[in-house]
Amino acid sequence: MQSTLFHRAAALLTTLMLSGVAAADWTQRSAENMRPGVTALSQEVYSLHMIILWICTAIGLLVFGLIMWSVFAHRKSKNPVPAKFHENVVLEVVWTIIPFFILIGMAIPATRVLIKMDDSSEAALTVKVTGSQWKWHYEYLAYEDDNNIHVGFFSNLATKPEIWERPVLSGGLFPIGTAQERVGAEREPLSTDNENTFNYMLEVDNKLILPAGQKVRFLVTADDVIHSFWVPDFSVKKDAIPGFVNETWAEIPEDATGLYRGQCAELCGRLHAFMPIVVEVLPQEEFAAWLDEQKEAAASGPDMTPFANMEAAMEMGQGIYQRACAMCHGAEGQGGIGLSFQGSDLMNNPDRRQENIDILINGRGAMPSFRAQLSPKEIAAVITYQRHSFGNSGGDLIQPEDVAK
Amino acid sequence: MADHHEHHAPTGLKRWLFSTNHKDIGSLYLWFSFIMFLIGGLLAMVIRTELLYPGMQVVDPDFFNQMTTTHGLIMVFGAVMPAFVGLANWMIPLMIGAPDMALPRMNNWSFWILPAAFAILVSSVLMSAFGPGHPQAPNFGWTFYAPLSTTYGPASTDFFILSVHMMGISSIMGAINVIVTVLNMRAPGMTMMKMPLFVWTWLITAFLLIAVMPVLAGAVTMMLTDRHFGTSFFNAAGGGDPVLFQHIFWFFGHPEVYIMILPAFGVVSAIIPTFARKPLFGYASMVYATGSIALLSFVVWAHHMFAVGMPLAGMLFFMYMTMLISVPTGVKVFNWVATMWRGSLTFELPMKWAIAFVILFTIGGLSGLMLAITPADIQYHDSYFVVAHFHYVLVSGAIFSMFAAVYYWLPKWTGVMYDKFWGEVHFWSSLLSVNLLFFPMHFVGLAGMPRRYADYALQFADYNFWISIGGFWFGISQLFLLWVLIKACFLKKGEKATAEVWENPEGLEWTVPSPAPFHTFDTPPVVK
Amino acid sequence: MSENLDQRNRRIIKKLVLTVAGMFVFAFAMVPLYNVLCDITGLNGKTNSAAITHVPEGMEADEDRSVLVQFVTRNDPHMPWLFEPMERSVRVHPGEIKAVNFRVRNDTDRDMISQAIPSLAPGLAASHFKKTQCFCFDQQPLAAHSEQVMPMIFYIDPSIPKHVTTITLSYTLFDITDRASGRAGEVAAR
Repeated sequence: MQSTLFHRAAALLTTLMLSGVAAADWTQRSAENMRPGVTALSQEVYSLHMIILWICTAIGLLVFGLIMWSVFAHRKSKNPVPAKFHENVVLEVVWTIIPFFILIGMAIPATRVLIKMDDSSEAALTVKVTGSQWKWHYEYLAYEDDNNIHVGFFSNLATKPEIWERPVLSGGLFPIGTAQERVGAEREPLSTDNENTFNYMLEVDNKLILPAGQKVRFLVTADDVIHSFWVPDFSVKKDAIPGFVNETWAEIPEDATGLYRGQCAELCGRLHAFMPIVVEVLPQEEFAAWLDEQKEAAASGPDMTPFANMEAAMEMGQGIYQRACAMCHGAEGQGGIGLSFQGSDLMNNPDRRQENIDILINGRGAMPSFRAQLSPKEIAAVITYQRHSFGNSGGDLIQPEDVAK
Repeated sequence: MADHHEHHAPTGLKRWLFSTNHKDIGSLYLWFSFIMFLIGGLLAMVIRTELLYPGMQVVDPDFFNQMTTTHGLIMVFGAVMPAFVGLANWMIPLMIGAPDMALPRMNNWSFWILPAAFAILVSSVLMSAFGPGHPQAPNFGWTFYAPLSTTYGPASTDFFILSVHMMGISSIMGAINVIVTVLNMRAPGMTMMKMPLFVWTWLITAFLLIAVMPVLAGAVTMMLTDRHFGTSFFNAAGGGDPVLFQHIFWFFGHPEVYIMILPAFGVVSAIIPTFARKPLFGYASMVYATGSIALLSFVVWAHHMFAVGMPLAGMLFFMYMTMLISVPTGVKVFNWVATMWRGSLTFELPMKWAIAFVILFTIGGLSGLMLAITPADIQYHDSYFVVAHFHYVLVSGAIFSMFAAVYYWLPKWTGVMYDKFWGEVHFWSSLLSVNLLFFPMHFVGLAGMPRRYADYALQFADYNFWISIGGFWFGISQLFLLWVLIKACFLKKGEKATAEVWENPEGLEWTVPSPAPFHTFDTPPVVK
Repeated sequence: MSENLDQRNRRIIKKLVLTVAGMFVFAFAMVPLYNVLCDITGLNGKTNSAAITHVPEGMEADEDRSVLVQFVTRNDPHMPWLFEPMERSVRVHPGEIKAVNFRVRNDTDRDMISQAIPSLAPGLAASHFKKTQCFCFDQQPLAAHSEQVMPMIFYIDPSIPKHVTTITLSYTLFDITDRASGRAGEVAAR
């Protein structure tokens, strides 16, 4: 199929029309057409797409040509006496049958690709992907002969809230005041020339690491609402459904190491647009080494060394707050979906310190549990940070042991 | 035609509030839908303003979701559907030679439920935008997938549920009325296969409404009990399944799509023959094509759910069935082209809109065929490509056909010709802007921009800017229509229209004077 | 004539109203229909929800093949228990009966009730995965600050397609204390 004259002509025309289409790297971005991607499957999907696109374009041009010809040649000034025909059985049968055969012609390659797409067996690596409001959680379950890997991490948007956030989070229609007044600083201009914003909305803190040249099976699920795991370059899109597990797969070729980006594709609430996916594909040896390192870190248990001083805890806490809390509670603790922290009793009353820790660990109401997401040390850091920022003064430094209790 | 009836016509507020006259109720429906079209459009302007540049500039992301949700709901249930019901009310009795709709009092009721239903829905938007504390309006997309709309839905979800129930009841009553009217009220000699195609398409649409609106009602009822009465239809924790919601919703949702487009086929099939001065090509095949589209619409619903995880056999079945729909749809397009072929064409405004409909609807139809191809749909699904597709079908499809219908029958309704100058401005301005608005959406969709995104990556920025410009332009263009309508309906200014209005148009509606008197066909006409 | 018309109208209206009522009922009938469909096709990887009491007679382990079964546990975000499989994967022959254990621990100060919801990937294999005993068949209460081991016994039907070599069984644990104790009706998240 790839080698038909038609396909080559189509590909040539496409290349002429659109520049940068075949670029594998997201940074050389196509703004007009589907990305061919890097996997054999995604390239087949792309070919299929191009074939149908050109068939549809041809049909469209034929129909529009006929209409335009009619508009030109059969207008009243040129053709004052209309013809009288209003039926032609042969013609009607013909234009029912011919589309039918065109459809069969499309259905055959489509079926072939679909069958291939559905076969997720014999994978070397199994990764569980969990979507939640509004981050991804990746867990490595099995790699080659090791079926008891227990490695996992969360992946949050790294584009900072103050870059995109409108600080008046109340949901009102008209923001009041200038950006300077509202943010305290001018927003960094968004442009492709600015290194910091080039991957605006597409940068995460922890990337999903995958090996090149091996089949990867994704088990996709969700914690709260439906999300959808979409990496265009692998032609992978699967809905993440709370309570159920879906399967999909990708096999990235040996020579296609690098970064690939995707986004959540199913409306999942307020920050639907703010949970991108970044995949880093490493050569097999590097991947194996990385995974071993992760396994070791996981086996040694959580880091329980106490903080040396307040500053160390505050510094760590700020980073965690911006990545895990600011989306709901606001970059300045002003609240939003979550409660406001500014001067609240919970944050300032020393007697409610343990309650504060408990809410973060176990969740309460709409606030989810962070037990799985944050280590005791991280919890200690972020609570210390909350209780000493945004105008709060909530008592002593909290150590990891306080949390473990 | 019967002057002695005129004293029955009540005046003032009572005329409209208690009206049982199909023409008055038709006008109410049409004005209501136009107002809803403007409100829905206003929400779209908020969406496009936010998307003009990357970054959150104007609204909160959640407010953005409220905008996309209510824009969709208002346009589907408030603008397109009532517009066609209004058209049915006005035109079906005139087309089949009936004195009125079969059930005039129910007709009144089915209209007056609508303003109440939408007052409830729109109030949630107003409260969110201006109310104290800004309580969230429905923010889960017009498809209201569980559990985002159940467990995670805002308090206003209950407003939404009640509102959907009310519009459902209204639609069902409207559909019953159309079916009874068409089956029982035809003038002597008006056999089924002599009915204008608009009546046929509406009859089939009405059956679709009867079949699927109760399913929608069932879906929102399940949502309601899940939210408040402890059931777990869509909640995995209680043994339910969120995917079940999608199956039920799309079992309603796909026929719903045809509910919005079949009457448009009828309108275009009325207009093209008039201005081609040639009878409609392949009348019988048009009827059969409409019927088969309606039947097929019940077995394609899961093509909205290819990414949800389905057995291979299921995906293949729904792919083949969906592809099959393009055959009868193609037949219709070819028939319209054949109707124009070797006709004697003139290009008054209704014809301009109708030709624009055929071309732009075909673009939407072809992108629909692309979306049917499951492996490719995995890449298209939930991207702007889908947004482009359904806006081509619904805006430059359904709504353009409504514009065509308005320009075509306005002289019959008001007795005066529309303002040609502003009408032309409206047409050309809408035609150019609608393509600037929706065509680049194909590009950003293919390039990977997911739909319902309040903010986007930088490679989508250039096209989004132009899409927004197209959006504002299209929005402003509709004010020209508002002026045309005010001038014809209220100011009654313009060239007086004759009974026939156009050159030898076919159909009983052209045998009554313009404007059509309050009562028509008290004595049934005889159709040969 | 007009009375006649009224009668004819009424007849059609009656049929249409019945259709409307029927379609409303049909929407609810889709729930059991969908479940049947899920059972047949393994949609969503739903496994049997009640114990298989009769193991087919003469079922023998097919020593030539083996299937890797992975166990994945997840907590609903509002479920604070610890929940984990005691072995993360086992290799079984089709037809071989196997027991595995899961551990739960309630660290909170209140007695709670849980429900585990299974989901199996690939969905194709779900109808071949048979459980003779499972904690997921019932609600599982657990007192405050206590721990429990929950068993699950299963076999893989030898009719499982040859190309299925890996099966992942996922359990999601939900806190249904409120629901089970009759405090349902509150919107869960608020």
